[in-house]
Amino acid sequence: MLAWTIYLSFAGALVQALLPKGKAELSRWLALAVTVAGLALAVAGFAAGMGQGRVIIADVPWVPAMGIHYLLAADGISRVLVLLTGLAAVAGVLFSWNIELRTNEFFAFYLALIGGVYGVFLSFDLFLLFVFYEIAIVPKYFLIAIWGSTRREYGAMKLALYSFVGSSMVLIGLLAAYATAGSHSTSLIALSHANLPVNFQMWCFPLVFTGFAILAGMWPFHTWAPTGHVAAPTAASMLLAGVVMKLGAYGCLRVGIWLFPRGLDPWGFSFIGVGSWRDVFAILAVVGIVYGALVALVQTDFKFVIGYSSVSHMGFVLLGLMTLNQIGMTGAVMQMFSHGIIAGLLFAIVGRIVYERTHTRQLAELETMHLSKRLPFATWSFVIAGMASMGLPGFSGFVAELQVLIGAWSVKPWWTLAAGVGIVVGVAYTWRAMQKAFFSDKLPTPDEHPKTGWPDLGAITWPEYTGVALLVGVSLFVGLYPRILLDAIEPAVKTLLAGGGQ
Amino acid sequence: MSGIPVLTLLTVLPLVGAAIALWSGKHARTVALLTTLASLAVALFVWTQLPADGSMGLVERAAWAPSLGIEYHLGVDGLGALMLVLAAIVTLMSVDAANRVHHQPGLYFGLVLLLESGLFGSFTALNFFHWFLFWELSLIPAFFLIKLWGGTRRGPAATQFFVYTMAGSVALLVAFMAIFLSTGSMDFPHLTQLASTGALEQMVTAHLGPVTLWLAIGVLAGFAVKVPMVPFHTWLPAAYAEAPSPVTMLLTGAMSKMGVYGLLRIAIPLFGHQIAQIRTPLLVLAVATVVMGAWAAVAQTDLKRVFAYSSVNHLGYCLVGIFALAVPAAGAAAQTSQAAALNGVILQMFNHGLTAASLFWFVAIMQQRSGGHRGINDFGGLRKPAPVLAGLMGIALFSSLGLPGLNGFVGEFLIFRGVFPLAWVAATVSLLGLLVTAGVILTVIQKVFNGPVAEHCTGFQDMHHGERMALAPVIGLMLLIGLVPQLIVDSVNPTVVNLLAHWRF
Repeated sequence: MLAWTIYLSFAGALVQALLPKGKAELSRWLALAVTVAGLALAVAGFAAGMGQGRVIIADVPWVPAMGIHYLLAADGISRVLVLLTGLAAVAGVLFSWNIELRTNEFFAFYLALIGGVYGVFLSFDLFLLFVFYEIAIVPKYFLIAIWGSTRREYGAMKLALYSFVGSSMVLIGLLAAYATAGSHSTSLIALSHANLPVNFQMWCFPLVFTGFAILAGMWPFHTWAPTGHVAAPTAASMLLAGVVMKLGAYGCLRVGIWLFPRGLDPWGFSFIGVGSWRDVFAILAVVGIVYGALVALVQTDFKFVIGYSSVSHMGFVLLGLMTLNQIGMTGAVMQMFSHGIIAGLLFAIVGRIVYERTHTRQLAELETMHLSKRLPFATWSFVIAGMASMGLPGFSGFVAELQVLIGAWSVKPWWTLAAGVGIVVGVAYTWRAMQKAFFSDKLPTPDEHPKTGWPDLGAITWPEYTGVALLVGVSLFVGLYPRILLDAIEPAVKTLLAGGGQ
Repeated sequence: MSGIPVLTLLTVLPLVGAAIALWSGKHARTVALLTTLASLAVALFVWTQLPADGSMGLVERAAWAPSLGIEYHLGVDGLGALMLVLAAIVTLMSVDAANRVHHQPGLYFGLVLLLESGLFGSFTALNFFHWFLFWELSLIPAFFLIKLWGGTRRGPAATQFFVYTMAGSVALLVAFMAIFLSTGSMDFPHLTQLASTGALEQMVTAHLGPVTLWLAIGVLAGFAVKVPMVPFHTWLPAAYAEAPSPVTMLLTGAMSKMGVYGLLRIAIPLFGHQIAQIRTPLLVLAVATVVMGAWAAVAQTDLKRVFAYSSVNHLGYCLVGIFALAVPAAGAAAQTSQAAALNGVILQMFNHGLTAASLFWFVAIMQQRSGGHRGINDFGGLRKPAPVLAGLMGIALFSSLGLPGLNGFVGEFLIFRGVFPLAWVAATVSLLGLLVTAGVILTVIQKVFNGPVAEHCTGFQDMHHGERMALAPVIGLMLLIGLVPQLIVDSVNPTVVNLLAHWRF
């Protein structure tokens, strides 16, 4: 059933591409119908998979000579991330309702991207996973380069180059693993049992992990993320932060950690307290958390604040993965889901609801606009999203980050303490942005100050209401009832930790 | 163990009211009044359903996220139920007082009801996660109520309030993460049980090293901000003065009690032994809170700031009582003193909530009549144009002063009765605070009600019928509790005995 999310999205992309020009309205509704159907399938698949472990969905020989299979499967982690993709896809369409330029092409690229993402999360064949991974990167470039804003060609190119560097690292690692295992199968399940030599894992793990982690925004390879987010049109920012960064993190987990568990073993010597790749990546993650938060604190562009906050929040995912314990890794997957929802919401408010009405993202200009009175819906949506992003209890982010912190503490307490600093700074930058953008009392210069009241900024449209309600509702629901996801993630993490020769 | 989840209903009721109020524009106040009346009725019902032995009643328990130690666990004893009643009364008073909200009334009353839900939730939660959820939930609406409807310097005041409380919250969160790592539980009764045998400290030490004392300090700091205790009190005067008076009523009447409640429900049960170790410095800070609060009140001319500092002073007595009783009790006499002090603390929480909220209500009325004035020197001779106001507010002021026969006296008397045998120096120095407070209150009465009628007070209208009807029950309650304290003590005392039996110092 879950496989149909992939086929449906690609079919939708094809139909969109073939639509005659000037049918913008039809194109929108079609995109909405396709993504809603995808979400319905994801929900149904999630519900049906409850209590089950890994389920093979499709297994067809593809290139028998190389042992490549068209192998789709889903475990609890996949199902959670497919669900996230479905939600993000629907929300993205709702917040792209005002796209007038080449609407059908926009949605064609959009749906192709979604299809690729579904594919990555469901592939259990290394080659297939890589194909879907590349499919997801290409439409992203066009979405930004054609429909983007600030320095869009630069942002798009930077994003594409970083992605391709990352994926070529991954490709080298994968080919090496295939050759070394000598099992003539590219199935992840088979490779995880291949008992690859420890020395091989030691150099292959960091290569593959870094390759994927680039897309997850790991410091110091994160610089594509803020520029890419800012340049992208709203829906693409939402997808970029919401699901594409998760592709990287998912790859780190599914390929990096699962196939090369011994790559995380101690080196046998330690240099200023760093004695394994695990330490290295955990430190990079912690640096990312704190650095991203500090940089977000001094941004003058509203969207850059959110862009850097994504770097900070994704640091929690990587830190959680490096704990290598049940609670920390569960937290990492929870954080992938949670950040996907919350970052999508933040980008939607900043890029769509506010920017499309005020035509500025400069905090200094927004300060003079009294948005709390003129756009109350945007204001309170941002307050709620900001609270979720800060990790207040009751929202999904709290449970996720708490688990990561607890998991990290039992490995090295100072990881937790440093990441805790990131959370405190996170409160500060969210607060600062909220204060400046919405609640500032600063008046414009007297001659600008309109005597007759403010010009109307335009009413909030129904897709905006629906999109905000959907994302806020999901974050609250997961925050208040985390079991719905935990029950799916925990067994999958347990299997993953036990498997692969550890 | 009744079938109906009364406590859940009580917490959800204001949330529903908030949702309705948000969309009802001009009628939001009516919605809020009905909701708070209904909440009060439910809270009083809860009060009547307490188990006679002082243990937790109306317990609701359900799995939530077991792998994280998160559980839906609710229950109240005499302490919790009394706080529920207080929160319901104060919120009702606040809504009643807020009859001049013209700017976005829907949002205003929605936030007030959200705050009420936060209070109910945090007074009934028995699991850290659940409790923390509502502790934070109450903070957000309070921030926006100050920020959007406050006085001229509301921005900095609101931010300061938020930052202080948030810093306290982080300290609490860190401490509880450490506890969860060591014990795998976030359940208050379970952790209390562990602490009473000393197992909690052993587990923490085994997992994290000798950090229990630091955890205790973190938790104490989190609550000290909220109460507030010197030196964490500096956010309070600005926040109380800048907030609109009905919101100040909520802040002082109900929210400050969350801090004291947290000390009694969480800090002392879990870290009683550690608190006993640092009892002397804590007592010094508590006494400093009493004395400095009183002296600072002397120096103020703004009525709201006078009452703000006098609130600091009154809650200081609660702190003195709590820290004084944190000693290993030897003998029946000491135990009686502990029980007296704890009874006094709980009574004082209720009384201060009632009295302080009504005082800020009177200030609101005076501000409305005089065109926004609230300086002590702006008024004079109000006794003549407004005898009813002078009379009723006089009673509230005397209650604040601690006059026998009024509610304030009972709590403070019991605290001193308990503290003297346990820590006579602290009690003696605190008595000075009592004297200074008396001076402050009498000065207010002297300047505002007596003397020649001030210039712009000539046309001052007395309280109208609606206001009298609204405030009379509150004043009546002050008299009633002052004369028949058994009404509360009879229900609170079993809880006190039960609590003390589970605490280890």
